[in-house]
Amino acid sequence: MANLKELKNRISSVKNTQKITSAMKMVAASRLKRAQEAAEAARPYAERMERMMGSILENAGALESAGAMLSGTGSDATQLIVVVTSDRGLCGGFNSSISRASRNRIRALQADNKETKILCVGRKGRDQLKTEFGDTIVETYEGIGKSGVKFDEALGVANKIVEMFEAGEFDVCTIVYNRFVSAITQEVTESQIIPVQLPESDGDAEAQDTGPSASYEFEPSEEEILAELLPANLNVQIFRALLESSASEHGARMSAMDNATRNAGDMIDDLSMIYNRSRQAKITSELIEIISGAEAL
Amino acid sequence: MADTAENKVAFELVTPSTLAISEDVDMVVVPGADGDFGVLPGHAPILTTVRPGVINMYTNGAITKSLFVEGGFAEANPERCTVLAEGATDVAELSSSDAEARLAAAREAAGSADEDGRAAAEKELRIAEEMVRAAGGNTTQH
Repeated sequence: MANLKELKNRISSVKNTQKITSAMKMVAASRLKRAQEAAEAARPYAERMERMMGSILENAGALESAGAMLSGTGSDATQLIVVVTSDRGLCGGFNSSISRASRNRIRALQADNKETKILCVGRKGRDQLKTEFGDTIVETYEGIGKSGVKFDEALGVANKIVEMFEAGEFDVCTIVYNRFVSAITQEVTESQIIPVQLPESDGDAEAQDTGPSASYEFEPSEEEILAELLPANLNVQIFRALLESSASEHGARMSAMDNATRNAGDMIDDLSMIYNRSRQAKITSELIEIISGAEAL
Repeated sequence: MADTAENKVAFELVTPSTLAISEDVDMVVVPGADGDFGVLPGHAPILTTVRPGVINMYTNGAITKSLFVEGGFAEANPERCTVLAEGATDVAELSSSDAEARLAAAREAAGSADEDGRAAAEKELRIAEEMVRAAGGNTTQH
């Protein structure tokens, strides 16, 4: 049986750990609330933007002059994967599930003889992917969303993507991020952002709802609106992904820390039980020694 | 989406970070790329880009609210008018000194911008100019 002093040290160290994890849980919970509000506040914009894209695409039909961002470059040989993770760990399976999904996707693409490039948002994603795909990581963004995700930060990432696309460095761009479902559930989401893909079922339902919307007028012209709307749409999609990811991160951390706190509690209970038993056993054996010593006299 | 009262336009102003306004109004005047246009109930469907400027909301023949937007997109149809703006500020909250400072900074940036940054700098300059105009109107009102 472990000696008493050792046990005592163990208990106090677990207690300290528990204090830390429960503090982290509180911090994550308060950040989660803010991040969740931000994510929800941004949804209307993304939805309206999608609806507008829907209207214009319906009307414009197959615009040949629409540009590569809408219709693609006609090839899918080079694929850019945007991997959205967090900068810090201790958030359960949050980062590793993203890395796993990205890794599977990249391997599948490489098996198809496609070239892949990676753009990391968040340090953890890069750390987990660099051993296998280090030379294909184009850029890593760190420190995004430290004090809530700003639109400007999304803009920075989006501009980089547009720049690369215009330089012909990739044909298809997919973003992999955790979609926020609830504080304890995140869903790994892979969505293609270039060429633009609209949720099909939504578009159709909308078209039937609003009936006469088929005859939109455009000012100045479809082409000019599209030229502005497409990059704006990209910005919004990225912004949305970053917000969702940030809310998911705090949710994941909160539940991971909640678990850790509970486990620490269980451990303290077990250790205390052992400690008390060995203390009693020690006292009993000391008593026996004294009594038998006294009897022998 | 809010139910549309009769003879009202369901006006929504949405920015990337929030749904700024969702209100039923009699008319809303939007600074479109090819000129300001007023949206009354039953407006023909239109989709346009928005230049930097002021959106005015009218109810009972008077302006109820004016908002400065930095550009974006507007969609109008018989029932509703939706503006997606990159940034929106209540005109009453604009201060002309801030706007002047932004204009000065934008002028400087536009003067020193290279080929790549020119478009962005000129856009910023246009926004700042309109902001000064909107803020200027604001000081005369008070």
